[in-house]
Amino acid sequence: MATLELNNIVKDFAGTQVIKGVDLEVKDREFVVFVGPSGCGKSTLLRMIAGLESVSSGDILIDGQRMNEVGPAERGLSMVFQSYALYPHMTVEDNMGFSLRLAKVPKAERREKVLEAARILQLENLLERKPKALSGGQRQRVAIGRAIVRNPSIFLFDEPLSNLDAALRVQMRIELARLHEELDATMIYVTHDQIEAMTMADKIVVLQGGIVEQVGSPMELYHHPRNRFVAGFIGSPKMNFIDVEVREARGEGVSVRLPGGGEYSVPVDGSGCQAGDTLSLGIRPEHLTLDDNGPLEGDITVIERLGGVTSLYVQCHGEEWILVTDGEVSHRVRDNVRFGFAPARAHLFAEDGLALTHLERHPLVDVERRQNRASTAADAS
Amino acid sequence: MHSSITKKLAITLLAWAIALVVFFPIFWMILTGFKTEGEAVATPPSLFFEPTLSGYHEVMARADYVKFAINSVVVSLGSTLLALLIAVPAAYSMAFLPTPRTRGTLLWMLSTKMLPPVGVLMPVYLLFRDMGLLDSLSGLIVIYMLMNLPIVVWMLYTFFKDVPKDILEAGRMDGAGTLQEVLYLLVPLTLPGIASTGLLSVILSWNEAFWSLNLTTSSAAPLTAFIASFSSPEGLFWAKLSAASTMAIAPILILGWMTQKQMVRGLTFGAVK
Repeated sequence: MATLELNNIVKDFAGTQVIKGVDLEVKDREFVVFVGPSGCGKSTLLRMIAGLESVSSGDILIDGQRMNEVGPAERGLSMVFQSYALYPHMTVEDNMGFSLRLAKVPKAERREKVLEAARILQLENLLERKPKALSGGQRQRVAIGRAIVRNPSIFLFDEPLSNLDAALRVQMRIELARLHEELDATMIYVTHDQIEAMTMADKIVVLQGGIVEQVGSPMELYHHPRNRFVAGFIGSPKMNFIDVEVREARGEGVSVRLPGGGEYSVPVDGSGCQAGDTLSLGIRPEHLTLDDNGPLEGDITVIERLGGVTSLYVQCHGEEWILVTDGEVSHRVRDNVRFGFAPARAHLFAEDGLALTHLERHPLVDVERRQNRASTAADAS
Repeated sequence: MHSSITKKLAITLLAWAIALVVFFPIFWMILTGFKTEGEAVATPPSLFFEPTLSGYHEVMARADYVKFAINSVVVSLGSTLLALLIAVPAAYSMAFLPTPRTRGTLLWMLSTKMLPPVGVLMPVYLLFRDMGLLDSLSGLIVIYMLMNLPIVVWMLYTFFKDVPKDILEAGRMDGAGTLQEVLYLLVPLTLPGIASTGLLSVILSWNEAFWSLNLTTSSAAPLTAFIASFSSPEGLFWAKLSAASTMAIAPILILGWMTQKQMVRGLTFGAVK
């Protein structure tokens, strides 16, 4: 059982505020991912939770207890570092058992706990090795094992997969998700990789410039980004943005004029704007469809074929649009194509970057990740 | 192909030439130690002669070599251990908890090495006299420790800086206090560096002559004073002086030769990485 609460957390580094008042609530057993571009403060925030970085102001509460002045080891947390930070002069077993050795746990009990963690992570055969005799993925597992052995109330991960190659990263991602099910622990995970965030998180915290841009489930962030930054940050390739002029704005929809003359009515709450305003229209590449009767047209400049899907870069009215289409499309560079989108898929952002609220919530937004993986949980029990 | 062999040959010859020039005085000294006083001053010097141990016998008869040697060992090891004991925490805080003044402090420490020791002889002598440290092993240990401390701190600092901060932080997450961090993680990780630093400190202490000559007379005098005692005002006795010198430098030379791999690795640790 562990919950975490951050109340108006601020971090000053020599007069520069790097964390500018973060509020957050992490529920028991939740998998929370901090995501954001480099320098957004996500690692600093994690290190403050860990106790490796002091808090300039605000409160950190773990299970309702204020932890600001409590030392890192006494907070009941474990951290997995980006560099793994294994002790190079110790064997895998000693690495994993170091915390227990410091806590003066008897040798037999120590060994038992290390073996248990090694079993979970399939490290039994490597216990006598030194870290330099391990592969990257194995080192990663030892680092996780070291965290497990302490039986922490909350696991902290600081970009743990970024030093692994792509294939291994995917595999470790799945292992981590499995581990979360098995250990049933609260986990906080920092990454700049939005795919990791989307696939693993119950809740994503998008950070930029030391402030929280949005907190929500992966599907909420994807379908209902709170502002233009989140919309652009989540999803790959990036969302297309173009400026559009408002023709008519009402509570039950906003009518906008697309470049090239087409008119679209987007089902968002338009009570805050009026005809003549300029809004930013955002539409994800995967929501644009090739359509001979579509309102937009342009020439293909680049084609990226990934096999299953193909990305088309289309020059349309001075803007470059990205479309993600079927892998089977036979278009070539310089072909002229027409395309369009379903109005409900479009997003409108006001001048301050805030999104106009969609009238209907996407049905997947409130499906919890656990329900997606109900079968896994059933298998385990 | 041909020119590269010529070049290699030239470089090899040059290296040997330089090495021989550098080694010659030591070679001459060792040789002279086995001559009689007459042969020692003969011109031209004889390269082929009947070696004799008479110089060594006389040196041993005139002074208690073992006592001087023990003093050297005690002072070198004592000052080195003391220096490490002080320098490890100092270098730890400079490497891992730097402040804006850390760099300046390091430079200031080094700058004390630029001062000629004779410049502070008077105050040090008076301090030692008043504190009763003249001609005492503890006094010599303290002054050698102070003499080597800047270099020891600097070297440890560079070794410590190469230790990823993450590893110590992982230790802290695992429940290690500062002392445990240093003892269980930092020291084992930098042991090669600490060893070569210690070796250098031992060698520097062993070879130090200025302070030992000025601050000791008999009971705490190390081997450097032992050598000096054979250059008497009544005239130099080359053979005896050489024998004494050979005996004084032999232990440290052997130590240095045995540990040269360690030393080179330690001294170039930060530089070539």
